[in-house]
Amino acid sequence: MVSTGQSSSLRSPLAAGARLATGQGDAKFVEFIDVEKSYGNFHAVRRLNLSIGRGEFLTFLGPSGSGKTTTLNMLAGFERPSEGVITLDGKSVDRLPPYERNIGMVFQNYALFPHMSVADNVAFPLSVRKLPRAEIGPRVVRALEMVQLERFKDRKPAQLSGGQQQRVALARALVFQPTLVLMDEPLGALDKKLREHMQIELMQIHQMLGVTIVYVTHDQSEALTMSDRVAIFESGAIDQIGTPDELYNKPATAFVAGFIGENNALDGVVERVVGNQCLVALPTGLKTTAMAIGDIRPGAPVHLTIRPERIGLSGAGADSDNRFQATVDGRIYHGDHQRLLARLASGQILTVKVGPEATMAAGEAIDLCWPISDCRAFPAGAVPDGSSANIGSVS
Amino acid sequence: MSSIALPKIGTTDRWDGLRPLALAAPLLLLLLFSFGAPIVALLSRAVYEPTIANALPHTIAALRQDSGAGVPGEPVFLALAADLKQAQAAGAVYEFAKALNTRLPGARSQVLRVARIATQDQATGKEAMIKAAPLLGEEQSWAAIRTGTNRFTSFYLLSAFDLRWTERGTIGAVPADQAVFLRVFGRTFLIATIVTLATLALAFPLAFVITNLRPAVAGMVLVLVLLPFWTSILVRTAAWTVILQKFGLLNDLLLWLGLTSDRLELMYSRTGLIIAMTHIQLPFTLLPIYSVMRSVKPSLVRAAQSLGARPFTAFWRVYLPQVMPGVLAGCLLTFILCLGYYITPVLIGGASDQLISNFIANYVNVELNWEMAAALSFVLLASTLGLYVTLTRYLGLDLFKMG
Repeated sequence: MVSTGQSSSLRSPLAAGARLATGQGDAKFVEFIDVEKSYGNFHAVRRLNLSIGRGEFLTFLGPSGSGKTTTLNMLAGFERPSEGVITLDGKSVDRLPPYERNIGMVFQNYALFPHMSVADNVAFPLSVRKLPRAEIGPRVVRALEMVQLERFKDRKPAQLSGGQQQRVALARALVFQPTLVLMDEPLGALDKKLREHMQIELMQIHQMLGVTIVYVTHDQSEALTMSDRVAIFESGAIDQIGTPDELYNKPATAFVAGFIGENNALDGVVERVVGNQCLVALPTGLKTTAMAIGDIRPGAPVHLTIRPERIGLSGAGADSDNRFQATVDGRIYHGDHQRLLARLASGQILTVKVGPEATMAAGEAIDLCWPISDCRAFPAGAVPDGSSANIGSVS
Repeated sequence: MSSIALPKIGTTDRWDGLRPLALAAPLLLLLLFSFGAPIVALLSRAVYEPTIANALPHTIAALRQDSGAGVPGEPVFLALAADLKQAQAAGAVYEFAKALNTRLPGARSQVLRVARIATQDQATGKEAMIKAAPLLGEEQSWAAIRTGTNRFTSFYLLSAFDLRWTERGTIGAVPADQAVFLRVFGRTFLIATIVTLATLALAFPLAFVITNLRPAVAGMVLVLVLLPFWTSILVRTAAWTVILQKFGLLNDLLLWLGLTSDRLELMYSRTGLIIAMTHIQLPFTLLPIYSVMRSVKPSLVRAAQSLGARPFTAFWRVYLPQVMPGVLAGCLLTFILCLGYYITPVLIGGASDQLISNFIANYVNVELNWEMAAALSFVLLASTLGLYVTLTRYLGLDLFKMG
């Protein structure tokens, strides 16, 4: 169904003129200033301040109900902020209805018009703009070529697969050359393989056309793969915004640490703080040194996170103060790597990522260690909710 | 093991196919005997009427000998006298006289008189019989008898369209003073059209509003719409006779509001009939529209707007095509039901507002002319089916998929 998966299969851009100069430093193409949205007593979005640069690929990532879709809908014009201002290219869009914002939008369920052919769907934004017929035809063909669907232009959406429907929706949202495109979980309904393929295509289209894309998803790997920057939403507010690398390696809150990637979570109490590091006592007396993130004081309960791939077996991190004896509880084979379930003397189980060649058996004693810089202590209380990304949580 | 298992699977398969059929069989048989068979039996009377042929075996034979049209010769009259005598003895002469009377107005009493005379073996010649029954001396009467001797007849179906076989053997219009059915069919279709459009005008905005209400409120509004739906049609019609009276609620209200200066004649008028039928039919139009509107994804209209369509354009080019199947289904349902309205025209409509069903009922209950009733029913059924087929074929509407 997806004919070719290679980047070279992408054909001509929509139009030469559609390409916008990127990286002009127009860092405030879209701006949210103190934006709030509440329904009665429920605050869907609280005091949001956010700038999106021209040509940027920004992803709103968060669990459902975190306010990311509401924020997107306010930008699209389907919802009005209760407070604050949204500007687009320097002008407030408060009084602008959706049909005058010139923003392309791709919906989760594609929202193709079922009674129109593929070509008519793609032609829709051009025909409502009253473009001459002679101009519409070639532009529709170019847009369909871009998503490799020119052969299907006479079909009805129902005759296409999910992935093909998603490409039609994409072509339709891009054909009128919007400078901003919003995508609301556009790949959510596709299977994993197709989703990964579409991610690459989206990135290529983004690079080719230079459009600004605001993308909503609850899939963290999707966000990390495609985005220039990711904004992590939690209960109506942005927890952290940054590049995928920053979010993964330097999470600012326990929530972000738990939501992005996998993490081992341990709870402990601070014994003392030295500079930006702290010594944390785990239950049953084990101690570890960790980076102190946020407001960390002696005696306060903290939440520790260590990524499975940063835990070394004995000798690997010789400089480390953090050495522990553990017993292998199990070994899970993943092909390119394996995961050990390592039980500490205190009974807590850590997941450790090891190479495919590791052979230790259940019951074997091993030494674990991790660098101080990779173990981060967050004030307890802001404990990550039950997100699936969080593993090895110990109560 | 496997050789034992295989035939077992085969038997299960065969039973799996028969079981649903067996479960449905009681209903199918009930439908066949209580619905299908009576309809076929009744409708067949529109084209199959053996009464005249059964009563006149000798006359038929004599007529076959008698060449030419017009009033036949002496042998036919003698055969007729013999047939009438036999019919009188068998008690079938009244039925025969009534059947002939349908085709030959005024024939009933004359036929009975001739039969009585023939039984007494008097005046069995041509001249004497014409003297007793002057109709027998007219060409037109014998044309009627000749066509009547055919057991299969197109007489009633033609009559339903105000047509008849002329003496020259061609199809022509019946005399203007006897033409009635085309006007009644026209009136029936006209009133059905007006009521359908009126319900559509009310139901479409209402369905749209209900679709966009909060579920709890929508449920309550829907109950208000459906409440009359659960009441007997007779009760609802009776309620309208109270409201539409000259000194009824509606006239009181109009006067009080100052909208009219005089009391309107709403009862026994077409206006009153249309008001009552519109009310009764509203749920039938509304529910299919509502059901389709609910299934239209709100994201489609949003998508249209995000692509630059103004609200009206989004409605016209995206929303309306989506709900069109529901609109057509609702209208078709109401239109077809309106074609068969009976009790409401009887109670609220005036003498000139009676629909085709009232005529069918009249032929069945009063005139005892089941052949005519069957012919009119057949035309009604055929036009309804024709309408349905046209809509499904050319507008791509499938009522069975409507849910």
